[in-house]
Amino acid sequence: MKRSGLPALAPFLWLALFFLFPFLLVAKLSLSDTVLAMPPYAPRIDWSQGLAGVGAFLRGLDVETYARLGADRIYLVSYLSSLKFAGIATLILLLIGYPIAYGMSRFAQTTRQALLMAVILPFWTSFLIRIYAWIAILKPAGILNAALASMGLPALNILNTDTAVYLGLVYAYLPFMVLPLYAVLHRQDETLLEAAADLGATPLQAFWRVTFPISLPGVAAGALLCFIPMVGEFVIPDLMGGSGTLMLGRTIWTEFFANRDWPAASAVAIVLLATLMAPILIHQRRQARLLEGAG
Amino acid sequence: MNGSTHLNIGAVRSSFAPWADPAAKPLVRFEGVTKRFGADTAVNGVSLDIYEREFFVLLGPSGCGKTTLMRLLAGFDAPDAGRVLLDGRDLAGLAPHARPLHMMFQSYALFPHLTVERNIAFGLRRQGTSKAEVAQRVAEMIALVRLEGLERRRPEQLSGGQKQRVALARALAPPSKVLLLDEPLGALDRKLREETQFELMALQQKLGMTFMIVTHDQEEAMVVADRIAVMRAGEIVQIGRPAEVYEAPNSRYVADFIGDVNLFEGRVTGADGVTVRLATAECANGFEALEDDPLPVGATAWLAVRPEKMRLHVERPAAAPNLLAGKVADIGYLGDWTTYVVELTTGRTVRAARANTARIVERPIDWDDEVWLSFAPDAAVVLTR
Repeated sequence: MKRSGLPALAPFLWLALFFLFPFLLVAKLSLSDTVLAMPPYAPRIDWSQGLAGVGAFLRGLDVETYARLGADRIYLVSYLSSLKFAGIATLILLLIGYPIAYGMSRFAQTTRQALLMAVILPFWTSFLIRIYAWIAILKPAGILNAALASMGLPALNILNTDTAVYLGLVYAYLPFMVLPLYAVLHRQDETLLEAAADLGATPLQAFWRVTFPISLPGVAAGALLCFIPMVGEFVIPDLMGGSGTLMLGRTIWTEFFANRDWPAASAVAIVLLATLMAPILIHQRRQARLLEGAG
Repeated sequence: MNGSTHLNIGAVRSSFAPWADPAAKPLVRFEGVTKRFGADTAVNGVSLDIYEREFFVLLGPSGCGKTTLMRLLAGFDAPDAGRVLLDGRDLAGLAPHARPLHMMFQSYALFPHLTVERNIAFGLRRQGTSKAEVAQRVAEMIALVRLEGLERRRPEQLSGGQKQRVALARALAPPSKVLLLDEPLGALDRKLREETQFELMALQQKLGMTFMIVTHDQEEAMVVADRIAVMRAGEIVQIGRPAEVYEAPNSRYVADFIGDVNLFEGRVTGADGVTVRLATAECANGFEALEDDPLPVGATAWLAVRPEKMRLHVERPAAAPNLLAGKVADIGYLGDWTTYVVELTTGRTVRAARANTARIVERPIDWDDEVWLSFAPDAAVVLTR
């Protein structure tokens, strides 16, 4: 069906206003230089000189900031560290999320809905409050250590370590892993398993040869849905991680607010976006194919 | 009644009849099998023997328990009572994957993530067959069901008929003695279905396998079966060759379920071991039918007469047995056959079918024409239930 007129333009206007324009601002910032002024970057367009001002502005832009990013190892290290955190957390999420989604899909309709509710329910509480709850549990004199002490076990120092960051990431992103997996698993035709059994496959073989391969689109969707935002995650490493926890979200924050180096912060953000583009595009193509398949 | 089975019934002659040989051992045996789902009894005390190389059909309306019976054999359900035996071995406790028989599912249940080739190879690979042997067997199967050129396709890229062939090849690929087919032709259009019926029969002959098929389509059952078991509400009502089930039904249910039938209810007025006389509302003088079972006088019985065995007369015949008068209420012209619905003086209707053996008819029959119907004493079946 072909749509026309203003309603058809609405999504493009929305994207232009809230995505493309801010993106161009950030891109422009990343090509600017740091100065001691307010705002702390140059060049700026001098509108009073008309087109000549714009020309001067464009000539003032350069990729020097990106060269700086390459020269200082801290950016590369925190970039790789972010990938490591997001990658390992995605693996843990798969290992935990798959059995949960699989189990849910095997239950009867009513039980299934209750379990689905249980997965979604935490969303109804503020994300920050849930992270603070974890802090209350994990802090040195927190609930976890009180419980351990009452059993005569030594205290654990988890808060402000990488372990706490993994814990926070896995906790916060679990629904994003479980839901797409559940969607593919509960849609799966049970006769396929009967057919596999009939052809001599043990239940374990039937799982690995039939259920798992058919659920791969869900695995990919869940993994990308978790991995992409986790690479740029800021709140969890900031509140639960230690001083040594290096993640790009924090690096951007430090550049922006502590160092007042807006061009560097913008350049980091642009590099992050550029490198995540590939998995995002793959994900979108997969989603489109899934939707076509469902329709 | 069963007394008529010794007569030559039907138009088909077959020397294959292991069920008539008391020394023959059945390949599949159901012994008093009962299966309940909650309060529903899906299968109720069914005993059944199926012999090697037989093409056996379970026929019945949906919900009669025929698919459940097949699933009990495949191992997807366990009987609540009774035993299921294969080659004399009790299958109880044996998981589906350990049973040496394969099933073709009504929905085909092809693995969507695997190519045609790999679908067919699935069962062979589970048996640990060597790679070369798998490839060879898959190629054989593809040739057998004529799927050459489609080896690399995925199920979503196949037509309904092609999917059906893949499902068949997949179930046939790992060697086994029995193939179970659940409504194998149900999803095909009429022309393809008829072709495939004959192909299935040829395949079964060629492979020397035992086929057990579940269907609600009586025409399909008649064409392919060595024997048909007619099921109703979890029980088997009659087992016999297609011609026996059609020409000598043992009950009104079977007579009515298979083909078209005119049923006349009446009271026995005389029985001498050769014929039975029956007084009915339609014929005061009483119908006469061949029946060697001397029924007690006064008992209720039914006469079943197939429409094609009704003779239709445009003039009152001088002497005809079992004569009925009426007028034509409806005509169904099918091309090869015409079905006439005749309204008797009592108000009930009787169906008579005539083969259209000539293109040009001297005196065609029209709506509201006065006609007479008759049937020979050996054309009617006497039923007591």
